[in-house]
Amino acid sequence: MPRCETNMDTTETFQKDWALEQEDTLHPPMVTVEIAGKVYQVPAGITLLKALWYTGHEVIRGAGCLGGFCGACATYYRTKDDPKVKTCLACSFAVEDGMAFSFAPPFPARKAIYQISELQDPKQDLFELYPEAPMCRNCNACTEACPQSIDVREGVWRAVFGDFKSVSDMFMNCVMCGLCAPVCIADIAPNLVAIYASRVQGAHFTEKPKDIEARIKAIEEGQYEKDWERILRMSDEELQQATVSCP
Amino acid sequence: MNLRALQDIVHQTREFRCTQTIPKLTVAEREKLIRQYHPDYREQAYQTIRFGPNAGDRTVRELAMLLEGDSPIPADFPLTPDYTVDVLVIGGGGAGCAAALHAHAQGAHVLLATKLRLADSNSIMAQGGMQVAVAPDDSPIQHFLDTLRGGHMKNDHQLLKVMVEEGPLITKWLIELGVLFDRSPDGNLQVKTGGGSSRARLLTCSDYTGLEIMRVLKDEVLNQNIHVLEFAAAVELLSDEEGTCTGAILRDLDNKRFIVVAAKAVILATGGIGRLHIQGFPTSNHYGATGDGLALAYRIGAPLVEIDTFQYHPSGAVYPEQLVGALVTEGIRSEGGHLVNAKGERFVNELDTRDVVSSSIIRECQEGRGVRTASGRVGVWLDTPLLELEHGQGTLDKHFPAMVRQYERFGVDIRKEPVLIYPTLHYQNGGVKIDVNSETPVRNLFVAGEASGGLHGRNRLMGNSLLDLMVFGRRAGLAAAARAKMIAQGKLSLAHLERFRAEARKHGVSNQVISPAILPAYTKTS
Repeated sequence: MPRCETNMDTTETFQKDWALEQEDTLHPPMVTVEIAGKVYQVPAGITLLKALWYTGHEVIRGAGCLGGFCGACATYYRTKDDPKVKTCLACSFAVEDGMAFSFAPPFPARKAIYQISELQDPKQDLFELYPEAPMCRNCNACTEACPQSIDVREGVWRAVFGDFKSVSDMFMNCVMCGLCAPVCIADIAPNLVAIYASRVQGAHFTEKPKDIEARIKAIEEGQYEKDWERILRMSDEELQQATVSCP
Repeated sequence: MNLRALQDIVHQTREFRCTQTIPKLTVAEREKLIRQYHPDYREQAYQTIRFGPNAGDRTVRELAMLLEGDSPIPADFPLTPDYTVDVLVIGGGGAGCAAALHAHAQGAHVLLATKLRLADSNSIMAQGGMQVAVAPDDSPIQHFLDTLRGGHMKNDHQLLKVMVEEGPLITKWLIELGVLFDRSPDGNLQVKTGGGSSRARLLTCSDYTGLEIMRVLKDEVLNQNIHVLEFAAAVELLSDEEGTCTGAILRDLDNKRFIVVAAKAVILATGGIGRLHIQGFPTSNHYGATGDGLALAYRIGAPLVEIDTFQYHPSGAVYPEQLVGALVTEGIRSEGGHLVNAKGERFVNELDTRDVVSSSIIRECQEGRGVRTASGRVGVWLDTPLLELEHGQGTLDKHFPAMVRQYERFGVDIRKEPVLIYPTLHYQNGGVKIDVNSETPVRNLFVAGEASGGLHGRNRLMGNSLLDLMVFGRRAGLAAAARAKMIAQGKLSLAHLERFRAEARKHGVSNQVISPAILPAYTKTS
């Protein structure tokens, strides 16, 4: 049985001090998986991405933040005996016995180009920029394809009906993996519709915070200059103790 | 023993712990703790750099190897440019996008090259928020003082003044682009408290602050039709006879070809170094965080500062195994989550600075008060269920949806179970020396974001990185565009590389290391 090398080599060195000579650590149980059509044995419980490294795959496209935030490792997978192909982020999803998986290829969805500050009627402009958006046929494939469990179909409809506030809330955890786009029979790229609606909500329909304007003005008018002069002349010991009053 | 059984002590001691107040350490106590337990003080992990701008300085072995490493480019490499631009931005994270957008807005012809996809970065993972002094009881000067104390008074005062003063301005820019920061009921920006800060100053987008900012910035870079080259890693800079920077050589990771770019100004926004696994630590960093910019800048003659200090974020996941090294947001501690050792005791003020909290966790574990997992790792508890009890059911789902999801994927319910954490390599406190316009001592070479150094001193405060990226990304973009208007394209040469190689030979250095590393070597070869 091969030794577990799923953790980065260096991590292992570091942890050696603490490592217990446990059977589970040194000889982990192995599972059988199918990666892009080929069968491999990998340690149980590792992530799909680590399974790729473990089986000698050089990963360039397909790894990004490694923390479940960037969507670079969008992956199709199927579990044993289940006909349903599901999606996940390979960096934060564990292998199981009999699983088959492969990276989703980049999908050339069309992104509309717009100048956010120049939009005159952004809710109407949606139909110019993404004329396919209202063509949704309610198949729900996008929602099923979302590894973040966003109700994507509902979000597209809310965008179409101009409820951009809901869209921005619903898509706050969207990692822009784009897995919702290739499944759409109406050729909508829901994640791109959503980022449009969300940005518009922020730029056009959210009250501008007054505190920030006030603070910018205070800085520009030099309200802190006297304090800065005092502070920047101080020694480290004085700075350690220094206090400032707010104008 | 089963981990779930070991958790019981966390539940049993919760009530008592809530009655405790743990004072923050005095300056003297902090220094003592850090010297004894912080990884920055492990003598055997360090070596002296033998040649180059920082000859004689100490740094960790992994970085010294990188800096003394050789270029993949041969001396006789043909330098016919494939692209000729005003400003070349290297890196597609927060600083790179901010720099590209601001340079473009000034009319510069910009090329942005990144070795992964646009926006794949550490920035996108930032959960805790961005520090900006906007609250009525706060001021830029208070922000300055907090940061300085967090950085052990070693921060560059001029850089720091710029960052705290331009925070509100850059926040306004982000809001105008559509970034949805959390608001208080009166419509103003909601502010939260971060470790080491005396005022509530963190702006957040739930625990997706970095994701929200990067989604918007990426979309905006595309809207502005800025030329982006993805999967193109910078492997060498170019210089003219006077030693000023005139461009770069990229490597296309898809077809392995080299791409020569002539640029009047180059902005390095290549981020940090976590994937070199300094001292063998796991890391919270993204796949490409291999410190490429440091090696490139060093070879062309730009000095580095504070490169003997790294930030080990107190809360890296220890369990489940799939999450090892991944970050557990500091927000949990901001909202009152306790750190608890195996005996059920609190042992540090959870909102002390990151270096203090990390050192105290290492102390607990070294002295046998840590909790071991079946795979031999060790950590301490972070009491997440406490937040549900203190602030009401649903708090974790509302404030930390990303973290709930992160653990749920592996069958851990953080609403009911505390999580195990241990410090994880998070941030490079130092980097390439820059001035207030983000320019290095090498003319026409700018550096912004984590790759730069000086601003954060010897320990960065939570929430100051996102702000650093935006403020100095903008400054670098503006300054580079202005420079490009004033000068003609310089000659492309590898004169600096010849000098570097001569130095290496003189010092008998032939460590066979090719740098930059570009990506970590995780692929199992046999």
